[in-house]
Amino acid sequence: MTKKLSELKKGEKAVIVNVNLNGLTRRRLYDLGFIPGTIIQVAFESPLGDPVAYFIKDTLIALRRNESENIDVELIN
Amino acid sequence: MFWKKLKSKTENFVQVEIIPSRKNKIVALAGNPNTGKSTIFNRLTGLKQHTGNWPGKTVTRAEGEFEINDEVYTLIDLPGTYSLLSTSEDEEIARDFVLFGNPDTTVIVCDASVLERNLNLAFQIMQITNRCILCINLIDEAKRKGIEIDKDVIEKELGIPVVLTNARSGEGIESLKEKIFLVSNRILKPNPRKIEHKKEIKDKLNQLIPLIDKAFPGLYSTEWIALRLLQGDEKIRKAIENGNLLELINKGLFNGNEEFRN
Repeated sequence: MTKKLSELKKGEKAVIVNVNLNGLTRRRLYDLGFIPGTIIQVAFESPLGDPVAYFIKDTLIALRRNESENIDVELIN
Repeated sequence: MFWKKLKSKTENFVQVEIIPSRKNKIVALAGNPNTGKSTIFNRLTGLKQHTGNWPGKTVTRAEGEFEINDEVYTLIDLPGTYSLLSTSEDEEIARDFVLFGNPDTTVIVCDASVLERNLNLAFQIMQITNRCILCINLIDEAKRKGIEIDKDVIEKELGIPVVLTNARSGEGIESLKEKIFLVSNRILKPNPRKIEHKKEIKDKLNQLIPLIDKAFPGLYSTEWIALRLLQGDEKIRKAIENGNLLELINKGLFNGNEEFRN
């Protein structure tokens, strides 16, 4: 089932399917490892729920909602 | 005719001031943040450039000298960067130097325990310069995490020399020096794997590159510039239109120049 990355709950694991952004933001996310096919897991949520930290390619990276809601993922059970 | 061409090339060469004094061979240390570039810098130069276990510690470039076989090399320690394509301000120094400083050898420093992540930048640098070495650092930490690095396979896949180091203990530094010597003196000629562009892109590049070469003789990384133009980079487009691309590279094309920001 395809979801937005921003909809994942703490501890949930998923595979990135699509990055629906353009230009520099897309490029930057690719450079940071947010590439389709990559496994990602929600690691920590800040008290107000934004930003959220993710485990991706052996590193912890935090994204704001306006980025994570543009990334499609497929949940892994 | 040939002489004239050569002369204009040298003139532009001098113009590009981000190149430090050319009496020595230039070696640049590039890599992701927090991969131990400064520790390698200290190992090679014997200097005590401040090192720390946090990313973004080196904000400006540091320079030092070292010798291999009685030949003096200038070593440039660049700030860590994730990419040559989408950079934040402090990463621009590194990018500009790798692109336009034309170092004799670029040593790409990687963290052995997050190699996959680090190879993104390595691959981008390999597209720009053939004279590069992959230095896989922090192998002690990777070993502790149970990661084994197959140097020969990586060397074969990437087409560039690979050195495994633990800069803190000094392990591998001698063989890094040897590789720097061989590559800088063009004895060893790495053959990095290049991106095969789609035909449409290739055709456009073949049209653009000669035009850029003609307008800015002596400029390095023209393919990178051409690719940026195809991606619609406004800064580069303006700089080319105004004819002040070289000037801007001198000043640091992307370093806080308001006019060309955004």
